[in-house]
Amino acid sequence: MSSRDQILARVRAAVADAPEAPEVSRDYLTTHTADDPAAVLDLLHENLADYRALVHRTRPEGLPALLARLLAERGATTVLAPAGLPAGWLAESTATRTDDTPASTAQELDAVDSVVTGCAVAIAETGTIVLDGSAGQGRRRITLVPDHHICVVRAPEQVVASVPQALPRLDPARPLTWISGPSATSDIELDRVEGVHGPRTLEVVLVEEGTSTE
Amino acid sequence: MSGTYLGMPSFPEAAREAVHNETLRENLRHATHTIRDKRAKAVAELADWAQLREAGRQIKDRTLRHLDEYLVQLEKSVTAAGGTVHWAADADEANRIVAGLVKATGEREVVKVKSMATQEIGLNEALEAEGITAYETDLAELIVQLGEDRPSHILVPAIHRNRGEIREIFARTMSEWGRPAPEGLTDSPAELAEAARLHLREKFLRAKVGISGANFMVAETGTLVVVESEGNGRMCLTLPETLISVVGIEKTVPTWQDLEVFLQTLPRSSTAERMNPYTSTWTGTTEADGPRDFHLVLLDNGRTATLADEVGRQALRCIRCSACLNVCPVYERAGGHAYGSVYPGPIGAILSPQLRGTESEIDASLPYASSLCGACYDVCPVAIDIPEVLVHLRERVAGQGGKGHRLEKAAIKAAGWVLNHPAALAAGEKAASKTRGLHPRRLPGAAAWTDSRDLPEVPPEPFRDWWKKNRT
Ligand code: SF4
Repeated sequence: MSSRDQILARVRAAVADAPEAPEVSRDYLTTHTADDPAAVLDLLHENLADYRALVHRTRPEGLPALLARLLAERGATTVLAPAGLPAGWLAESTATRTDDTPASTAQELDAVDSVVTGCAVAIAETGTIVLDGSAGQGRRRITLVPDHHICVVRAPEQVVASVPQALPRLDPARPLTWISGPSATSDIELDRVEGVHGPRTLEVVLVEEGTSTE
Repeated sequence: MSGTYLGMPSFPEAAREAVHNETLRENLRHATHTIRDKRAKAVAELADWAQLREAGRQIKDRTLRHLDEYLVQLEKSVTAAGGTVHWAADADEANRIVAGLVKATGEREVVKVKSMATQEIGLNEALEAEGITAYETDLAELIVQLGEDRPSHILVPAIHRNRGEIREIFARTMSEWGRPAPEGLTDSPAELAEAARLHLREKFLRAKVGISGANFMVAETGTLVVVESEGNGRMCLTLPETLISVVGIEKTVPTWQDLEVFLQTLPRSSTAERMNPYTSTWTGTTEADGPRDFHLVLLDNGRTATLADEVGRQALRCIRCSACLNVCPVYERAGGHAYGSVYPGPIGAILSPQLRGTESEIDASLPYASSLCGACYDVCPVAIDIPEVLVHLRERVAGQGGKGHRLEKAAIKAAGWVLNHPAALAAGEKAASKTRGLHPRRLPGAAAWTDSRDLPEVPPEPFRDWWKKNRT
C-alpha cells in the first residue's frame, strides 16, 4: 500500500466513529469599524504608522511630485518600477528607472535603491497592504530585496476595513504578499528591530481620489 | 545543529535543573510576561474574539472529521496549480523524500524557513547525513543553530538566550558557516540583527532550494500560507528555483474564506500584533514569479494515531501560536528544553506524547508537566482543552502500569518549585478562577482515574487546594 493510501486509510479509521462536526457558525463580525470611508482611511493611516511604516497623503495630482520628493530625500539614484505602473507616477523623479524583468537576478535587485509599486488592497484594522503581482505590483521579489519600498494605495477604492472584507477581493491563484509595516524581528530579548531581511523602510502613500463627481 | 531529543531526562528531572538557572529564568519571565500582556491588549481590540475562537475551533474540528476528503481535494488543487504532492507516513519517509528532491536538483545546500514540522522530523540532521547543509534563516533559529542548541519556544526559539550570549555565539561561530560577524560587534539588538542580515543575505541570493513548512493549506484552492515577521520566509519562498514544503496533514483548512478567521486570531495570539509584518500565500507555481518547482510533502508522523483518540484529537486543532506557553506558570519556570520536544509548554505536554506515544520516560512524564490551572485553555485561539487532554493522557500512562505512580510522585516533587514561587502559583490560580465560570471544566478522564487503585484522584480544582489535600 502506498503511503498515500495508508495515511488516508488511517484517517478514515480514526474518525469512523466520530460524531459529525456541525457546520461552522460564522457569527463573528465582518468588520469592527464604522462604514465611513474617511474614518477607515484614518484608521489605515494610524495602524500603518503604528507599525512604523512612513505614511503620506496626497491627491492624485500631487502624487508625481510627492514620489519625486520621497525618492530624492532618500538619495535614490535608481528606482525600480514594475510593468504596468501608471506612467505619470514617476514623471517628476530624476532617479534612473529600471524595469523588472524575469531575467534580472537577485543580485541586480539588491543593487537597486528603491522600488515603487501599487497594491491590490489595503486593510485598515490591521494596517496591511496586499500585493498580488498584477499590473503595477511586479513579482514578489521586487518588494523584498531592495531596502526601500514605496507603496501607493488608492483611496477609497483599494481600502477595506477588515480581513474578512479583504479576502473575497483577492484571487488565491495569484501569489499574495501581505505587508504590515517593515520587516521586523523581536527575537533578541523581545526588542523590536526593523528590517532584518525585507526592506528596512516602508513608505505608504495614500492617494485620496476625493468625492467622485461622476 | 540542533541536538537530539533521544535520551532526554524526564520532565521533572529536566525542570529541576532549569529552575536553578537564574539567567534562563529571568529571560523567560521577562519574555513570557511581556508577550502575555501585549496579547491581552491585542485580543481585547476585537469585540468578537469569542466568536472567532469558536469558529476557529469548528473549522478545525470539521476539517479533522473529514480530513481524508480535504487531503484528497488539496492534492488535486495543488497538482492542478503545477505543484507535486508527496505523502510521508513517518519522519524517515519525509526525510528521504526531501533529501531525494534536493539531490535531484544537484544542490548541496538549502535555505530554510522556520518550521516546527521539519524540526519534529529532524530534517536538518537527516540532510546533513546525506551531505546537504541546511541553513536556518529565522533569526532565532539561526541563534539556535549557530549555538548548537535546541529551540525552547515555538515562536521565539532562542527565548532562553540574552543579548550577551547571542553576541558571543555570533562572534564565535558565524565564520564557520559563511560571512563572519562584523569586527567589534556589540550586544545591541539592532547590531545583532544587522549581522544576521549580512550573514544570511549572501545565502539567500545564491540559494537554489528553499524548504518551508506552512501555517495553513487551503484544500479548495491548493494555497499554502506562511506567516512571519522578518522577511526570511519571503526570501526562501520566492528566490530559490525549487521550493519544498513539509506540512503536517492537520494544517489543512477547507476554504479560502476560513483564512479570515485564522489571520485574525493567529497574529494576535502569537506575537500580539494586529497582523504580523509578512504573510505569503502561493498556489502551485506562477510563471516567472517565484520557484519553478514546488513540492508539498504531506506529513503524518503520528497525527493519524492522535486523530484516533477521541479526547486527544483536539490537539490537532493547534495553530502553533504559542499563547499557551506564555501563560503557563510551569513553562515559565521550567523553560522549553525541559519538555524534551520541539513542542514545549502546555501544547507540547499533550502533543508530543500523542505523536510519539508514551513509552519513553520523557513522554510518559509530560502529561504531569502541568498544574492543571487552565490558563492555557483560556488563551487558546482554537479552544483546545489542554487540561482535559492532560488528565486523559495521565490515565493512559497510568494504564501502562508501574510507571504512572512513580511519575506522579516525581511530578509532585517537581511541583515543589512552583510552590516555592508564590507569584507563579498566584498567576496560575488567578487564571484558573477567572476561567472557571466561563468554561465547563469537563474532565471526563477523572472518573476512570478514580477507579484506578494506583493513583490518587486529581480533582478539577485549583492547584493550591489540590496540593493542600495531597501533600500530607
Ligand atoms: S494549543 Fe492553542 S494556545 Fe497553544 S500553541 Fe496551540 S493554538 Fe496556540
